Amino acid sequence: MAKFALPKNSRMVTGKTWPKPEGAKNVRAFKIYRWDPDTKANPRIDTYHVDLDKCGPMVLDALIKIKNEIDPTLTFRRSCREGICGSCAMNIDGTNGLACTTGIDEISGAVRIYPLPHMPVVKDLVPDLTHFYAQHAAVQPWLETKTPAPQGEWRQSIEDRKKLDGLYECIMCASCSTSCPSYWWNGDRYLGPAALLQAYRWLIDSRDEATGERLDDLEDPFRLYRCHTIMNCAKTCPKGLNPAKAIAEIKKMMIERRV
Amino acid sequence: MSDVNRGDRPLSPHLQVYRPQITSVLSILHRATGVGLTLAACLIVWWLFAAATSAEYFAFADDILTSLIGQLILIGSLWALMYHSFNGIRHLFWDAGYGFELNSVTSSGWMVVIASFVATALIVLIA
Repeated sequence: MAKFALPKNSRMVTGKTWPKPEGAKNVRAFKIYRWDPDTKANPRIDTYHVDLDKCGPMVLDALIKIKNEIDPTLTFRRSCREGICGSCAMNIDGTNGLACTTGIDEISGAVRIYPLPHMPVVKDLVPDLTHFYAQHAAVQPWLETKTPAPQGEWRQSIEDRKKLDGLYECIMCASCSTSCPSYWWNGDRYLGPAALLQAYRWLIDSRDEATGERLDDLEDPFRLYRCHTIMNCAKTCPKGLNPAKAIAEIKKMMIERRV
Repeated sequence: MSDVNRGDRPLSPHLQVYRPQITSVLSILHRATGVGLTLAACLIVWWLFAAATSAEYFAFADDILTSLIGQLILIGSLWALMYHSFNGIRHLFWDAGYGFELNSVTSSGWMVVIASFVATALIVLIA
């Protein structure tokens, strides 16, 4: 049974409000989820004020500015700052996305930032993605072949290669899976949109020769069929991909191989 | 996966912070109307039972169902039936692999909402 309320140790309290920068005219409040594993106190929401005239345009710019100039204890993942590494995925203004590709000007009022939803928190905005990665590994995201390897590369027609568009671009940021209510309630057994998009990427690959085994592995009331086409995944994907459609295609393949 | 939550980590907020949107709201509405319709079906069976029991008991049941609150429940159930049916058609299209683009999802969602109210109003006016 799904637990809709947060456990006792996860309920958020109001935290510290940091002073506004002096003399700044264009100030924006950032309300940010904090949890410190050393104190074990309940998570709190701290409020920071950032002078937007002295800050880059993206939410990640503001986070880095806060960490550099206001509070060095603020913890978050980031790397490429251009939407290709997937490290800075978080819940910003009520939906998941990458801090580096979300403009501060896209948000009105205070910018509310939480870790990716319904995940164990390591510290502040850093969720534990161990289980998410294990699910990715479980779909065996690599080429499986039975015929002997060719002299050169495994060849593919232009048309077959096109089938991978909209699938191979996934950067594994976990925004989609952690936006999915089904994944929230059944994430222990339901693979979730990110892993299933990967599964379909290999199912549809003309060079892969383990399609039947892959489908066998997915034929399960939980692994695949907890997708109820809620569509939060496609709505939140920062790369504009459509995991829900990929999952529907897998469901179709399940039926097609029976008839 | 017993080691997933090492160190008594808190669970990050989910329903508490995730913005309701057309995708998730219509989805949970589909589930809610499905449950509601099951209860409404029980109500109708009770009404039929009352008719089969005795004239007095039928009059009693009929009074309740035709009272203001009973009427509101029946109209609500009618809307739930309309919404659940139209959204069911939307799900059939999805099952066939159509209508997954975000703009189609949004427009088909609003179409279902509007159609459910229009159909309910038409049936109430005619019946």
